Amino acid sequence: MAYDPIHQFRIENIVPIEVGGHDFSFTNSSLFMVLTVVASTAFLVLSTQRRALIPGRWQSAAEMTYEYIAQTLRDSAGNDGMRFFPLVFSLFMFVLVANLWGMFPYFFTATAQIIITAALAGIVILTVVIFGFWKHGFHFLRLFVPSGVPKAILPFIVAIEVLSFLSRPISLSIRLFANMLAGHITLKVFAGFVVALGSAGFLGILGAVLPLLATVALTALEFLVAALQAYVFAILTSLYLNDALHPGH
Amino acid sequence: MSGRDGQPSSPPPDDSELSQRLRHLDRRLGDERRSERTANAKLSVQAPRQGYALAMRLGADFVAGVVVGAAIGWGVDRLLGTSPWGLIVFLLLGFAAGILSVMRSAGVVKPGPAGPDDVAGR
Repeated sequence: MAYDPIHQFRIENIVPIEVGGHDFSFTNSSLFMVLTVVASTAFLVLSTQRRALIPGRWQSAAEMTYEYIAQTLRDSAGNDGMRFFPLVFSLFMFVLVANLWGMFPYFFTATAQIIITAALAGIVILTVVIFGFWKHGFHFLRLFVPSGVPKAILPFIVAIEVLSFLSRPISLSIRLFANMLAGHITLKVFAGFVVALGSAGFLGILGAVLPLLATVALTALEFLVAALQAYVFAILTSLYLNDALHPGH
Repeated sequence: MSGRDGQPSSPPPDDSELSQRLRHLDRRLGDERRSERTANAKLSVQAPRQGYALAMRLGADFVAGVVVGAAIGWGVDRLLGTSPWGLIVFLLLGFAAGILSVMRSAGVVKPGPAGPDDVAGR
């Protein structure tokens, strides 16, 4: 059981709750999502407590995350995209902190569960669709009709555009989930090699150095991926929001 | 020396004022250049990271197109009993949509109606 690389993703009930025949148990997944929210809120609230003119270390870390996401959003969705800043920043902080919680040994990675990433992607796409229709009405559907296409192939193009739009929440959720899942499995497998080789005598211990080095390198890579995936999630969210704000330029 | 070229008052204070302004301008230009240089340096640091971010997007973009196409085709077949034509047609359309998304993310195709989809790539 010690080498089972999938074991770390198993959901376990901590507080069983059942309402009307449905399972609403508080699981290890829920626990780490609560921890994520608590940690990111605590980081931002505590670090901006003093509001010094010359920021300290924590305050400048908080200001840097703010400015980085604000700049990303302005670059991709324009200045009126800033009305969605709370959404994009919350998503970024949630994904980033959940990914980083997962980097602790024996901790649970909430973002390696596809249902969680799918729910996050669902929030983004529903926001785009609802805001798009509310702001532009049926004009929003011009998103699917490119200009300057011959009438004969227009139905195909529209079908492809619609499919391409529908695939966005899927790709948004698969990307984050697959990256976290694959990374953690790889890490576990390589660490398992170290143990397996190490118990095989002197030559085995010599051989175990290689997977150990790989594990160290992979851990560093995982930290990069954790931050990068949060950033990719935020930038894609702002790109999709741009479609809702300015469909069919 | 004083009244000849329309300068009634003494030139020395004027001169010193001018050199002072020149120095001031020099300083401001220097500041401007320095901030421009740091901005450029930041950009060149950011470029490879953005490339990596872009690479992360492409695979999922393509797979998602095919998956959505297959799912819709399967659903259409189940609802209308047109098996296997729904699956075939929508799988092909999904394939095309996946390729379109990838090419948009890579910035090969212009953003088209869906807006600038490739800002991250630049």
